[in-house]
Amino acid sequence: MKAAAFDFSRASDINELTALKEGEKFVAGNQSLGPMMNLRLVRANRLVDIATLPALRKANEHSNHVEFGAAVTHAEIEDGETPDPANGWMKKAAANIAHRAVRNRGTIGGSLAHADPAADWVIVLTGLDAKVALIGPDGERKVNIEDFITGPYTTVLKENEFIASVEVPKRPTSACWGYWKFMRQVGEFAKASATVLIDQENGFYRCALGALEGPPLVLPRPLDIIEGDLGPKKAVEDALSVRKIASYDMHVAALERALEQAKEGLRL
Amino acid sequence: MTTKVKGPASKKGIGASLSRQEDDRYLNGRGKFVGDIKMQGMLELAFVRSPIAHGNITGVTTPETPKDRVFTAKSLCDVKSIKADSGLPGFRSSLQPILADEKVRHVGEPIVACLAESRARAEDLCELVTVEIDELPAVSDMRKARDKAAPLVHEHWEENVFLESCVETDFEAAKTDAASVVKRTFRTARQCMAPIEGRGVIALWDRHLEMLTIHSATQIPHIIRTGLAGCLGLDHGQVRIIAPDVGGGFGFKSQLLSEEVCAAWIAMHLDRPIRWLEDRREHLSGTANCREHYYEITGYAGTDGELLAVDCEAIVDAGAYSTYPFSACLESAQIASILPGPYRLKGYRCKTWSVSTNKPPLLPYRGVARTGVCFAIELLLDALARDLGITPEEIRRKNLVTPEAMPFVNITNKYFDSGDYPKALSKALEAIDINSIRKEKASQSGDKLTGVGLSIFCEQGAHGTSVYHGWGIPMVPGFEQAGARLTPDGGLELRVGVHSHGQGLETTLAQIAYDEIGVDPKKVKVVHGDTAYTPYSTGTWGSRCIVMAGGAVGAASAALGDRIKHIAAHLLQCGREDITLEDGMAHAGKSSVSIEEVAKTWYLKPQQLPDDVDPRGLEVTEGYKTVQDTGTFSYACHAVKVAVDIKSGNIELLDYVIVEDAGTMINPMIVDGQVVGGTVQGIGTALFEEMPFDYSGQPLASTLADYHLPVAGDIPPVRITHMETPSPLSRFGQKGIGESGAIGPPAAIANAVNDALSPLGVEVSEIPMTPERVLSVIKQSERKQVA
Repeated sequence: MKAAAFDFSRASDINELTALKEGEKFVAGNQSLGPMMNLRLVRANRLVDIATLPALRKANEHSNHVEFGAAVTHAEIEDGETPDPANGWMKKAAANIAHRAVRNRGTIGGSLAHADPAADWVIVLTGLDAKVALIGPDGERKVNIEDFITGPYTTVLKENEFIASVEVPKRPTSACWGYWKFMRQVGEFAKASATVLIDQENGFYRCALGALEGPPLVLPRPLDIIEGDLGPKKAVEDALSVRKIASYDMHVAALERALEQAKEGLRL
Repeated sequence: MTTKVKGPASKKGIGASLSRQEDDRYLNGRGKFVGDIKMQGMLELAFVRSPIAHGNITGVTTPETPKDRVFTAKSLCDVKSIKADSGLPGFRSSLQPILADEKVRHVGEPIVACLAESRARAEDLCELVTVEIDELPAVSDMRKARDKAAPLVHEHWEENVFLESCVETDFEAAKTDAASVVKRTFRTARQCMAPIEGRGVIALWDRHLEMLTIHSATQIPHIIRTGLAGCLGLDHGQVRIIAPDVGGGFGFKSQLLSEEVCAAWIAMHLDRPIRWLEDRREHLSGTANCREHYYEITGYAGTDGELLAVDCEAIVDAGAYSTYPFSACLESAQIASILPGPYRLKGYRCKTWSVSTNKPPLLPYRGVARTGVCFAIELLLDALARDLGITPEEIRRKNLVTPEAMPFVNITNKYFDSGDYPKALSKALEAIDINSIRKEKASQSGDKLTGVGLSIFCEQGAHGTSVYHGWGIPMVPGFEQAGARLTPDGGLELRVGVHSHGQGLETTLAQIAYDEIGVDPKKVKVVHGDTAYTPYSTGTWGSRCIVMAGGAVGAASAALGDRIKHIAAHLLQCGREDITLEDGMAHAGKSSVSIEEVAKTWYLKPQQLPDDVDPRGLEVTEGYKTVQDTGTFSYACHAVKVAVDIKSGNIELLDYVIVEDAGTMINPMIVDGQVVGGTVQGIGTALFEEMPFDYSGQPLASTLADYHLPVAGDIPPVRITHMETPSPLSRFGQKGIGESGAIGPPAAIANAVNDALSPLGVEVSEIPMTPERVLSVIKQSERKQVA
């Protein structure tokens, strides 16, 4: 399949983005939109390329968080070209997204906007309690990652609103994390994933599940799960009872292994 | 007749791991595929394909403009549908329309053809076409295809069966003393063959000469010529097929395509070159599939593991149409004839049904039915061994045909030409280090269970006239021919009717000629893939080329060598019998003359020729058949070590060993490449590849995001050990090996997984072994424990 005809232009100013006409779409890394346009599942009169906009390409370290511009690529995070908020977690996660060819072009903002339930940033940034900064015709707003994704491939983004940056809270060096995803093959989307974050200094604990055919799920009672008072199987069963999921064996395994990994870090 | 092969001293001839001569072209981006060819005025073709699996077409609306760019079945009224009947009794005939007219029988069936300057614009035109279809209930499950209530794919048939067959030999008597009777059902998924290059065709009509030239990504150019001429009502002399570089075939390119016929008809009527390039979505969801089998199989064994009898009912989902030329009988007929594998068997019964469903046609894929058959018989053997409390190697040793019995005629009259099957097994056990793995298993703990599995099989290759005549399909291989021509500068042109698309024939055939007449392989040009220049051949399939085209090149080169010797003897003033041809020279004792000089003498200095020179000159065509046409039998034992993660259902391949006997290896490096490449595809069959269909016949994996091919990270190093038992049937003792690698992996890996799962008392019986399937099997164990 070949895409239906469309125009292409490169945005030169961030203000252009809030004034797109009907049928015009942003494109950044083009790793998901391109294939869908080729299959004619998505159409656009014009693609506006935002991948090189300087305002979206920055990654700044602030006192309590790191701000990743939406067009920062997976490869840049993988290669350590951006500040590290969480003891190498983002670098490690970036290095295992799809294949290098995808990482060279794919962007952190594009991944969140696409909101594939099985995508790495969707679950990892949930595990890291990130915030998403959005700019639209009505101005700027910040949304917690948990509120940003509302369903499979669905977010709170409004018309002509775009992701400007992602803010990831900085964690002390004593914080430990675990991230386990199960893929059938290297480079494929995950079938099940889980994250665990143990930040004893700040008393912040988080266990989350991903690749759920919907938004990631932040599990209640994370400390009980981490301390072993609530078993992974029970925790997953209880949490998933609200979602109609046929089988969650793989998610139980994912959580068990993410826990193991995080706890191993704790001992070091 | 086995010609003596030159020793290891020959660094360029038979037995040398010569680098592939064609690779320079491929690795430097100079390969020329159908997609690389552009012609002036060429239009691109896209098809409106059926979105539903079964239905009656009630209306087709096409745009008024542009003119002469949209074609329907009504436009192509003078074209014949594709018909590929088998002569086997009871075979039901199907007609595959070039464009569907009254009825559609599978998703993806072409209905309307649209042309434009580019593929994208042709697809735009497709969007302006409306097709109305009254949907009918579809046949999507082969096990229900024979139900009385099933809708009929071909409405004039009594039931959805292309062919039913039954083979029975001493079955009742043999099974009476069985100590162990084990029954299993096995299923292999429907797959796509997924060569890197899809199908593609350019049709060019020369109105001056009234001549059709087709560039087609095909394995079988001569057969396509015959089929195409038939559909279009042209003389063979008006049709030339050129198969340029082709990016992998695997059986997918051994079929006359309706798209090909359609492009040709349009080119003839519009007088413009027409190109169609299959895209990945068309490949996955609409053109042709492979592999889908279902087995209900029972094994009967004595207390010591002796295999007494096997009883099997097998179904093949052949899809909507019988394809040209292999027909819808090949796969099921093959199951019945090769299910006994490399084993001795006292009694046998096998019933098969090749059923028709509302899915794309089934084509023979690398290994054809052997992959499924090997899966069925090898898992059955392991199940019998478990039941009897003996090891998998014990039951195999007990039943494998022994080297002393060779040549051996098995229960289905297959003639095993040579080999030492038990030795291949022993070598594989040693290479995988089975004792260490078993020790490791005894002390394992945690979520990952280790297992080791075996499969052993033989592969009939290069079988000929009597075998294919028996199946009565539109094509029967006879003598394979090759042309050999010395050029005036002492180079050699070899012309063969087979096609090389990954097999390395541009190298191996040159090596064979080198052994016969000593022309450096670098100066050998292998001409293939053009019906205008090459002798008629059924083409590249059935692991036949190195045996048949190799034998023919050997014969033609030897005949050419005689003529060279005759002229050289005259130039050197010695007897013809004194001449030896080596390294570009004709030697007689201490004197010698170059082959180049001999060539020059014939072409440019005929005044120096002997009076009694052969007037046919330095160009010969020779035909070749093996000593008997029952086929060469290569064989292999695969052994694999796996770890099964019982929490995620993931299977990890830790070690993979193959012991392989290809007879005399023309080029061991190329043999390794064929074996490894096939093994990767077999791993795909075992673990990843599946084209699922829903109840209404909709394909559910239309992109590579859903259809999982094996990738580099999935493949462990494959360690190969060679045995070299020359075939008594072929010219150099070589055996067909091309398909072998793809046969063994599903059986070996499944047996390893079942070995790993044996503490849980459960077995996998279906491929691909996806995490979901493995977990559901493990769940059975949990349920058993609860009960």
